[in-house]
Amino acid sequence: MHTLIWVVVPYACLAVFVAGHVWRWRHDQFGWTTHTSQILENRLLRLGSPLFHLGAFGVIAGHAMGLLIPESLTAAIGVDEHTYHLVSVSGGVVTGVMLVAGLALLIARRFVSGRIRRVTTTMDKVLYVALTAMVVLGMSGTVVINLFGEGYNYRETISVWFRGVFWFRPDPALMADAPLVFQLHAIGGFLFLALWPFTRLVHVWSAPLAYLWRPYVVYRGRRTPAPAPQPAPAALRVVEPATPDTTAPRSAEPATTVKS
Amino acid sequence: MRIRAQVAMVMNLDKCIGCHTCSVTCKQTWTNREGTEYVWFNNVETKPGIGYPKFYEDQDRWKGGWKLDGKGRLTLRSGGRLARLGKIFANPDLPSIDDYYEPATFDKDILVNAPAGLADTPVKQPYSTLTGEPMKIEWGANWEDSLGGDTFEQDPNMRNMTEKVKFEFETTFMFHLPRICEHCLNPACVSACPSGAMYKREEDGIVLVDQDRCRGWRMCVSACPYKKVYVNHATGKAEKCTFCFPRLEAGQPTICSETCVGRLRYLGILWYDEDAVLAAASVPTPELLDAQRGVFLDPRDPAVQRAARDAGHPEEWIEAAQASPVWKLISEYRIALPLHPEYRTLPMVWYVPPLSPVLDAVGAAGRDDTDADDVFHTIQDLRIPVEYLASLFTAGDTEAAGGVLMKLAAMRSYMRARTLDGTVARDLLDGIGMTGDQVEAMYRLLAIAKYDERYVIPAAHTGQAAALEASMDSCSLDCEGGPGMGGATRVPVTISRRPPS
Repeated sequence: MHTLIWVVVPYACLAVFVAGHVWRWRHDQFGWTTHTSQILENRLLRLGSPLFHLGAFGVIAGHAMGLLIPESLTAAIGVDEHTYHLVSVSGGVVTGVMLVAGLALLIARRFVSGRIRRVTTTMDKVLYVALTAMVVLGMSGTVVINLFGEGYNYRETISVWFRGVFWFRPDPALMADAPLVFQLHAIGGFLFLALWPFTRLVHVWSAPLAYLWRPYVVYRGRRTPAPAPQPAPAALRVVEPATPDTTAPRSAEPATTVKS
Repeated sequence: MRIRAQVAMVMNLDKCIGCHTCSVTCKQTWTNREGTEYVWFNNVETKPGIGYPKFYEDQDRWKGGWKLDGKGRLTLRSGGRLARLGKIFANPDLPSIDDYYEPATFDKDILVNAPAGLADTPVKQPYSTLTGEPMKIEWGANWEDSLGGDTFEQDPNMRNMTEKVKFEFETTFMFHLPRICEHCLNPACVSACPSGAMYKREEDGIVLVDQDRCRGWRMCVSACPYKKVYVNHATGKAEKCTFCFPRLEAGQPTICSETCVGRLRYLGILWYDEDAVLAAASVPTPELLDAQRGVFLDPRDPAVQRAARDAGHPEEWIEAAQASPVWKLISEYRIALPLHPEYRTLPMVWYVPPLSPVLDAVGAAGRDDTDADDVFHTIQDLRIPVEYLASLFTAGDTEAAGGVLMKLAAMRSYMRARTLDGTVARDLLDGIGMTGDQVEAMYRLLAIAKYDERYVIPAAHTGQAAALEASMDSCSLDCEGGPGMGGATRVPVTISRRPPS
């Protein structure tokens, strides 16, 4: 049972995550969008969306810190457990509260605005439920257990197991004694990754950083096939010359349209 | 020098009667789909008026187009690259759909299914296509038609006037302004697109949105000072006027031009020097009009033709450019002017400004609108119509706007004299610095306006025909929810599938 939950499920989810993205990228460029609804409702979005996104960046950075940096490394550079705990809990609470507030506003606008309700797809609803579940579990881990509770040092168990997944040496025993909230959040996280490619979350991978160094005006030839999806910035800079086809016979038709 | 071809349009505003045929045929062709109900790639506004979307010309509010920064460098008014990415989660300059209007439909079944013998005539109720709820229609794309409504006094152009315009029946003026995408040489929308999905076509300068690469960051909508890029709220992607490129490639005029009953649209090719664009967009405001005229190259100049040939442009295009009515109106007769050159995007839809507001003013002043001197004096004395037109077409240069109006008035009087008693009014010709032949050719182009003189469009280069034909079996626009006619009939779910191409 432990092996199923802590070994099989994570790998299955990761496989779906990768295969799902490949499939979606190849078959659904047209659907690959943020699905902006700002023109329909701006009052709640103006506040909710930046809060949610900035909070999400903080939360992702916090997860990367907690899961990927081994405890031995922070200890080696002289960060003791108390300091780490202080940083992680305070950072987690601040970004977490931003995320919760942003998510609440974004969900609220789906209910409050009839226009938004009409354009909300089934996948959007699934995504909002999943996000809410993940955030509630994560926040209860941080706030209930680590801020007000006795605390749980996930860096000795969950983080080690998590890294093990990527070394292909996941140790299910490490997860056996984790508090239920952390267990649910961990496995929920993998399930969430499996859901990712089928939602509007794919727009994350299109974060337009290349815009920072691209030339402003983009030229593209009609005959030039669309460059491979999400091109390297250099590809955009190259103005492909429309090679003149000098060998083709010139048409005997008059150059201009004449309509009688 | 890098020589490029641009398909451009000129509209002769004196002939626009505001019938909206262009808007309707454009909508039928391109935006009769869910998600684009509020979208008019072509709309006809009445000026003075606040326009569609509301107050789009107020760039203090919408931050569209370009401006010169403190050091005189060209920057997007909405901010640089980092600033734009910083605003990506909520675009503060994005118009709401209420700035366009809430689109409505009607329950016509109530009329069809009404039982016989009703005491009252059944009335169909408007329903919002956004919410499906009954609604009250309170605004539309042409709400101010012919000075209807009470908003025309808020026209942003009025701020540039030295005299307050009094909207009194005897002294007021109005004209219609049809607008499509400007297909700018220095497009702000393309420059603001974070994902690089918008581009200017190398062959003909048409500005397009790659529907597959648009990620819905909606920066193009706010960056365009003309507000001619729209969000399709069903697909989450940007859409805009395509200059009817499938028609142009076949040598046909755009659908708005083809169906224009006033025959006021002209389509043709211009040669321009791409390397001159940035400099022309960066000059101080008073020099903008001349700088923008200066990027065009004379299609009859053998050196330009050689350069075009060397750059690989097809011979048909080199010939067509010489017959281009757009070149004649902009550069030879110099009577066409760009819409709001101060936005610094170098728009490629130019306008022959209407003489009618001046003629109205001549009449209101008790003068004779068939007398050239009276018209000239009105242009010089009465600031209101000329200042207003200057605010639209010359970045406030009343002399340039007045000069164009003088030419139109002179042509009118010259042709009147020619037709009535056969005299040649030399003094009129000298006053505007044109020859009799030129004025008559200009008259022919503006007034007679034969189909094949208005539209000089070379078909796509024959060498490319094979490639085009290969793409004929499936329309690249005809995807689910896409801008083709086979759009979805319902809001697509997040994952929508394209037919394999």
